[in-house]
Amino acid sequence: MSAIDTRVTTPLARSHRAHLADNDGALGSWLLAPAVVYIVLLVAFPFLLSMYYSVSDATVGNTAVRFVGLQNFERIMQSNTFWRSMANTFVFTLMSQLLVVVLAKTLAMALYKDFRGKWIVRLLILLPWVAPISLGTIGWLWIFDPVYSIINWTLRASSLLPANTWPIWLGQPNLAMVSIVLVDVWRLLPLATVIILAGLSSIPQDIHDAAEMDGAGFWRHLFQINIPLVMPIMLIALLFGIVFTFTDMIIVYVLTRGGPFDTTQVLASLAFFTGVPGGDLAEGAAISLFLFPLLVAVVILLLTIARRTEIT
Amino acid sequence: MNATAFTWKRRAAKVGHTVLIAAFVIFTAFPFYWMFITTFKSTLDLVDTQNNPYVFNQPPTLENLDALFFGTQYGVWVWNTALVGILVVIITLLLAVPAGYSLARLSGRWGRQLAVAIFLTYLIPPTILFIPFSRIVGELGLQDTLWSLVLVYPSFTVPFCTWLMMGFFKAVPPDIEEAAMMDGLSRFGAFVKVVVPLSSAGILTIVIFTLTLVMQEFIYALTFITSSSQYTVSVGVPTFLVRGDVYFWGSLMGACLIVSIPIAILYNFFLDRFVAGFTVGAIK
Repeated sequence: MSAIDTRVTTPLARSHRAHLADNDGALGSWLLAPAVVYIVLLVAFPFLLSMYYSVSDATVGNTAVRFVGLQNFERIMQSNTFWRSMANTFVFTLMSQLLVVVLAKTLAMALYKDFRGKWIVRLLILLPWVAPISLGTIGWLWIFDPVYSIINWTLRASSLLPANTWPIWLGQPNLAMVSIVLVDVWRLLPLATVIILAGLSSIPQDIHDAAEMDGAGFWRHLFQINIPLVMPIMLIALLFGIVFTFTDMIIVYVLTRGGPFDTTQVLASLAFFTGVPGGDLAEGAAISLFLFPLLVAVVILLLTIARRTEIT
Repeated sequence: MNATAFTWKRRAAKVGHTVLIAAFVIFTAFPFYWMFITTFKSTLDLVDTQNNPYVFNQPPTLENLDALFFGTQYGVWVWNTALVGILVVIITLLLAVPAGYSLARLSGRWGRQLAVAIFLTYLIPPTILFIPFSRIVGELGLQDTLWSLVLVYPSFTVPFCTWLMMGFFKAVPPDIEEAAMMDGLSRFGAFVKVVVPLSSAGILTIVIFTLTLVMQEFIYALTFITSSSQYTVSVGVPTFLVRGDVYFWGSLMGACLIVSIPIAILYNFFLDRFVAGFTVGAIK
């Protein structure tokens, strides 16, 4: 870099302004500063404020915020709703991400082959990810409708549903959880698939050829070549999926509002209902901070993967 | 293995492959087919449980779309979303493009760490930030205005777009700038006049992503906005059109479909770059 500097600055005596525009270090800082300042003010500062609120008595109405220590956390810990939401969040995340990884790997392998009409298939498979989440979820609200559910109609028409049963998808505790998991899988499957597909495409063809020459069958090829080589990428897809599911409240908000009887309440939606309609900013902030440890774990894993792939 | 058995095996594999793909496509695309057919069905057709719901039992109708555009504030919400989208795109470009260049070329060793740090802020979810933001927006007197969204939305577009732009700028060969600088341009001049035009595909990509992220956003708009004339589409439809016991499913599905399909098609063109951003350099 310094070689370039001397080369371009020698010919003419430049004004101070031109000098700045050529000084790589200073220019670099100036170009970077606005973005960094913005991120500090609108991500880092609110995050710290959230931590402060969690140990205060902030509500929507009051302007004088007092420090109250760990009171909010104590109150949360004694609440059954909180523990139920915590458990629901983990069940929701684990079930949906397990399904997403298995399905996405299968789908990515199917899409890896060339076939006619691939582009339209890709477009149709991507739809759930690119359509606004809240609107896609409303589509599901209609699919799960207690009276006109198309799922029930189809099951009844193909006589898979006994005469006197009519599942209320969003109204029965276990079915409601199944429903929100299903919608989350639907929404995140495309992202995981395209990420894994990118990983599959990056495996050099010689490796596949060599394996075939050595007579490796489908399963052997899958478990000894395909999966190990795509592992880092699959893990990245999984980590993003975990972050998006763990911290999401849109699906729950639109489909069940946490009901019936808080059986689909998750931490994110509980934080929202406590903090915004409930007006208790302090308790809402305290609940939402329980999301943070998992995020830290995910970040550490991501960094480890990034570093390891950089070395090899 | 003889030749016929081999052909049969291949044919079976091909059928299996097609069935598998078809099953996945039905899973992902069915809700959209369902939105489509619901949008154009008459109300009588929708509520008659004797009908086969997969097809039109009565002639298709435009009455639901008519009700949507002339009976609700849907048009206003679409306009609001577009307005916020354009302003957020401008802010994002002004912040992320220079920052991406700086991280790609001018910052040396600490640049890599800072770039990763900026990317990671993308992982801090709105569900942690919306509570403090609701207070900040209130203090600034922006509650219930679109300006609150314009202020806050870049907090999730800037980190991701900076990261993407950095990738695009790294792909531009340094020789091109060096040649421009030999010809008398300053480093900054070379960036503005040579590198930015060369990266127009990258800039277009972040414009599309910013627009889609703005259209998707839900939690902040739900928190800051209370009057229906200020809603964006993603919040207006589920909170204002889904209210009480009477659902106007035809209009609702139309509202979802109209916004989703154009974005989906647009997005499809830029998918590969987007994936490159997510894989965090794990693919070389």
